[in-house]
Amino acid sequence: MELLVALTIGVLTAVGIYLMLRQRSFPVILGLTFLSYAVNLFLFASGRLALNAAPIIGTTDTPTDPLPQALVLTAIVISFGMTAVILIMAIGGNLAAGHDRIDLGQDPRDDA
Amino acid sequence: MSLVLIAALPFLGAVLPGLLIRLGRTAAALAAGAVTLTALILLAIEAPAVLAGGVVKAQIDWLPGLGLNANFFLDGLSLFFAGLILAMGLLVVLYARFYLSDRDPLGRFYAFLLMFQGAMLGIVLSDNILLLLVFWELTSLTSFLLIGFWKDRAESRQGARMALAVTGGGGLCLIAGMLILGHAAGGHDLTTILTAKTAIWSSGLYLPALVLILIGAFAKSAQFPFHFWLPHAMAAPTPVSAYLHSATMVKAGIYLMIRLWPVMSGTFEWFVLLVGTGLFTLLLGAWVALWKDDLKAILAYSTISHLGLITLLIGLGSESALVAALFHILCHATFKAALFLSAGIIDHETGTRDITRLGGLRRLMPISFGITAIAGLSMAGFPPLNGFLSKELFLAETTEVIWPNPWIVAVLATLGAALSVGYALRLLVKGFLGQVRADYPHPPHDPSPGLWAAPALLASLVVLIGLFPNLTTRWLLHPAASSASRRDVFPNIALWHGLDVPELWMSLAGIGGGLMLLGAYPALRALRDRMPRLDAKRMFDAVVDPMAADARKVTKALHNGSFTRMLVLALLVILAATGFAWVSGTHDIGTRPGLAMQPLMATICGILALASLATAALHRNRLLALILTGVVGLLIAPIFAIFSAPDLALTQVAVEVVTVLLMLLALRFLPKATPAETQLPRRLFDVILAATAGLGMAALAYAMLTRAPAFPSISQFHLEQSKPGAGGTNAVNTIIVDFRGFDTFGEIIVLGIAALIIFALSQTLLKSPEVHRKLAALPPPAAGDPHPMMLVSGVRVLLPMALLFAAYLFLRGHNLPGGGFVAGLVVAAALLLQYLGSGYDFSQSRQRRDHHVVIAAGVLVALLAGVGPWVMGLPFLTSGFTYIDLPPLEKFELASAMIFDLGVFLCVLGAVLLALDSLAGLARVDRPGPRPKKGRKR
Repeated sequence: MELLVALTIGVLTAVGIYLMLRQRSFPVILGLTFLSYAVNLFLFASGRLALNAAPIIGTTDTPTDPLPQALVLTAIVISFGMTAVILIMAIGGNLAAGHDRIDLGQDPRDDA
Repeated sequence: MSLVLIAALPFLGAVLPGLLIRLGRTAAALAAGAVTLTALILLAIEAPAVLAGGVVKAQIDWLPGLGLNANFFLDGLSLFFAGLILAMGLLVVLYARFYLSDRDPLGRFYAFLLMFQGAMLGIVLSDNILLLLVFWELTSLTSFLLIGFWKDRAESRQGARMALAVTGGGGLCLIAGMLILGHAAGGHDLTTILTAKTAIWSSGLYLPALVLILIGAFAKSAQFPFHFWLPHAMAAPTPVSAYLHSATMVKAGIYLMIRLWPVMSGTFEWFVLLVGTGLFTLLLGAWVALWKDDLKAILAYSTISHLGLITLLIGLGSESALVAALFHILCHATFKAALFLSAGIIDHETGTRDITRLGGLRRLMPISFGITAIAGLSMAGFPPLNGFLSKELFLAETTEVIWPNPWIVAVLATLGAALSVGYALRLLVKGFLGQVRADYPHPPHDPSPGLWAAPALLASLVVLIGLFPNLTTRWLLHPAASSASRRDVFPNIALWHGLDVPELWMSLAGIGGGLMLLGAYPALRALRDRMPRLDAKRMFDAVVDPMAADARKVTKALHNGSFTRMLVLALLVILAATGFAWVSGTHDIGTRPGLAMQPLMATICGILALASLATAALHRNRLLALILTGVVGLLIAPIFAIFSAPDLALTQVAVEVVTVLLMLLALRFLPKATPAETQLPRRLFDVILAATAGLGMAALAYAMLTRAPAFPSISQFHLEQSKPGAGGTNAVNTIIVDFRGFDTFGEIIVLGIAALIIFALSQTLLKSPEVHRKLAALPPPAAGDPHPMMLVSGVRVLLPMALLFAAYLFLRGHNLPGGGFVAGLVVAAALLLQYLGSGYDFSQSRQRRDHHVVIAAGVLVALLAGVGPWVMGLPFLTSGFTYIDLPPLEKFELASAMIFDLGVFLCVLGAVLLALDSLAGLARVDRPGPRPKKGRKR
C-alpha cells in the first residue's frame, strides 16, 4: 500500500507541474490545486500509514500520529483561501487585459 | 523600567504627529514636542542618581539563548548623549514647525524625526551590544527617510541612497566587529565587555574587532575615506541637517569609540588609526570647506573636520584628551546646530544659500547676523566663546603627542585651526558684511521668533559656556568623563591659562593664519580652480552604478516577465539539487514493514491516477478538466479515511465541494477553452520535467513511508494529554483548538484576510468602467431555467438538515471527528446551495449579517477565548474544561476550547461566503447600465 500512496503522490505532482507549465491562468490554477493535493497527501503520509488507528482516544490501542493530520487539516482550508485569491486575480487579469495569458511580453499592451 | 520607556517613547509617540496633523501643523508640532519633553523629563528624573556616580539599569530578557536581551543602562556618558539628543530634538521640533512649508507633510516629518530620536536614544542607552546594533541600523534607516524627505528631488534621493549605502555598509562591518568583540569578551553586555580588557587583548581577536568596529564608526561619523556621504546628505531639510548630520547621528560613531575607550584604547593600532584618520579628516574637511560657496556645504565639510578633531582626541588615549573630546562634542553641537539653523533661516528668507549671491545681510537681518556671528566666531575659535575653549584644549593635547615626532601633529593641528578660521570668517564676511545688494532672490528680513528662537538659545549657550565653562558644563562632564574612562576624572576648563602655554600661541597663530588665508583668498582660489579635483560622488557612482546595472541585468535575465520560465528555472534547480543528493548519497528502500495491499485502495488510486492524467491530457476543455479535478479531490477523501484520518476526509470533501463551486463560478469570467499554444517539443519537455519531478516525489514518499521516523514524534505527548490536558478524545481537534491553538488563530486570520482580498479585488474590478463594460457584455447564462423547481425544493429541505449536521459535527468535534473547520464548511456549502438553487436575491434577502461581520466576529470570538484566561492570570489561550451533569441529559463535558472552535467556525463560514459572494457580485452587473450598482436587485 505504501507504494500505491507514493505513486499517487507522484502522479498528482507530475500532473500539477505539467498543468502549471501551461500558458493560461485556468490550467495553472488547476495545476496548483493538484500540487496542493500532492503536498497535503505527502505531509499526511509523513505520519506513516495505518489502518483502523484514528487518533481518537479510547477507540484504538495504537492511534496514529495526529500532528500531521492537524497540520494538513488547516493546510486544506488555507489552500482553499489561496485558490480563491488566485481565481479572482485570474478573473481580474482576464477582464483587464482581455486575455488570460500568464506571461508578460507576448502582448504589446502588456509592456505599458 | 523607565529607561525602556525613554527609548520606547519616541517610537510610540511617532504615531501622534501623523494622526494629529489633521488638527493642524501646530498640533503635530506640539505632539512631537510633548513626546520629546516627556522623555527628557523621564531622563531628568533618573539623572540625579547618575550624576552622583551611579548607574541605572533596566533588563528585559528577550532571547537569552542568543545573548540578545533588552538590557539598558544609564551612566554618565549615556546621560550626556541622551540629554544632548533630547534637548537638541526639542529645539529642532520647534524650528521645523516654522521652517517647513505648508506643502510639506509635517506629520510625516515629525514621525520620522521621532523614530530617529528613539533609535539614537536606543544606541546610547543600550547595554546589550546586539540591541545597540539594532538601533544603529535604525538610525541609518530613519536618516535615509529624512534625507530623502523631499522625495521629488533627485539630489534628495541620491543623497539618501548614498548615506544609506555608506553608513549601512559600515553597519555591516560593525555587526561583525561587535560579534567578535562579544565573543572575545565572553558576553554581549557592555557592562561585561568593559571589564574584560585582558580577555579581549589576549584573545588575539583585538585587531580584527578594532578594525571592523572602526569602519562602522568612521562610516557613521563621516571620517575619511567614508566622509563623502555627509555633504550629499545636505539635501535633507535644514532641521534634519542640524539635528542628524551635525549634532547627533554623526556623533553615534564618536559615542561608540568613547564607549569602547576603556577596553580598546591604549594600543599603538588604536592610536595610529584614530589619530591618523582624525587628523587627515580634520585637514581635508577644513580645506574643502574653504572653497565651498554653499552655506550648508561649508557647514557640512566643517562638521567633517570637527568630527575628525574629536576622533583624533579620542585616539590620544589620555583622560584629559577624553575630557577635551566630550567638551568639544558639546561645544560643536551648540555652535554648529546654531549655524545650520541660521543657514536655514537665510535660505528661507533670501531664497539662496550661495554666499556669493549674498552679502550685506548684517543690516537686513540683524538678529540672524548676531546669532551667526556668535556661532561662527565660536567655530573659528575666537575668545571668549566656547569654541575657543575646546580648540585650546585640543591644541594643548596635540602638543603632548610625541609620535612620529614631537611637533608634527601640533603643527598640522594649528594648520587645521587656521583653515577653520579661514572658512568661518569667509562665511561671515561674504554672507553678512559688505554692501546691501539689490538682486537677492527674495527681499530678506529677519524671520518670526519661532524660527530664530532655537538658534538664539544655542548662541546664548555658546557665550555662557565660553564665559563660565566649569559652572555650565562640569556637572555633566565630570560623570560623563568618569564613566567613559572608568576612572574619576575631574575636568577643569579655564578661559585663561596664562601666557606661557603653547596652545594660546597656537590659537593665535591659527587666527593669524586664517586672516592671511582670507586676505589671499582670490589668488588662492584662482590657483585652486586650476588644480584637478577628485569628486567623491563620481567615484561612488563609478563603483555603485555598474553594480546596480549588473544586478538589473541578472534580474532581467531571470525575471523577464515569464512565469513559466521562472517556474522551469526553479524546477531545474530543485531537480539538480535533489539529483546531486541522489547521486552522492545512499537511496535504499527502507525496511519498515508495509501494509498489505487492499483491492479497494488499489481501485481508488487507479481511478485517481487515471482522472489525474486525463485532466492533464484534456485540460483544454476547461469544464471537463474542472470536473475531473473535482473527482480527483473527492477521491483523496477516502484515502484519508482508510488511513485513519476521518477528520481530514470530512474536511477534504467539504473543501472540494466549495472549491469546485467557486471555480465553476470563476469559469463564467474566463475563456471556456484553453487554446493549444505550445509546440510539441515544448510539450514533450514539459512532460519530461513534470514526470521527473513526479518520480522524484514518489521515490521520496516511498523512501519515507518504508522507514520509521528518525526520531520519536512529539505526538505521543499530544495523545497522552489529549484527554487529561485538553478534555477531548479527538487528538487532531485538541491539537487544532488547544495545543496549537495559536497557530490556528493565525490561520483563521489568514483565511479572513484572503476573503477580504477577494472582496477588495472584486470591488476594484467593478469600479473600472472598462471591466464593467466587459462584464455587461458577457452573454447571459445559457441554461433554460435558471432555477428548476426540483433543485429549489431540494436545497431548501437540505438546509435545516445540513445545519443540524453541522451543529452535530461542531459539538462532537472535541471528541470525535468534526470541529469548527468542517462545520463551517458544511454550513457554507449548504448556504451556497441556496444561492445556486433559489438564486441570489432569494438568499440575499434572507441574509441578516454581512459576511465581513461574520469573519470579524469569528476572529474576535477566538481572540476572546485567547485573552479570557488573562483575567485569571493565565497565559494566552489557556483552556479549561469541566463536566456537567444535567438530568435528564447524559453527563457532558464543556471545554473553553469550544469557544475558540466557535471562532474558527464563524471565520471559515464568513470567509467562504464572502469569497463566493464577491465572485457572484461580478456576475450581477447590470447589463445595459454604465455604472456598477451595489444593490439587491438583479
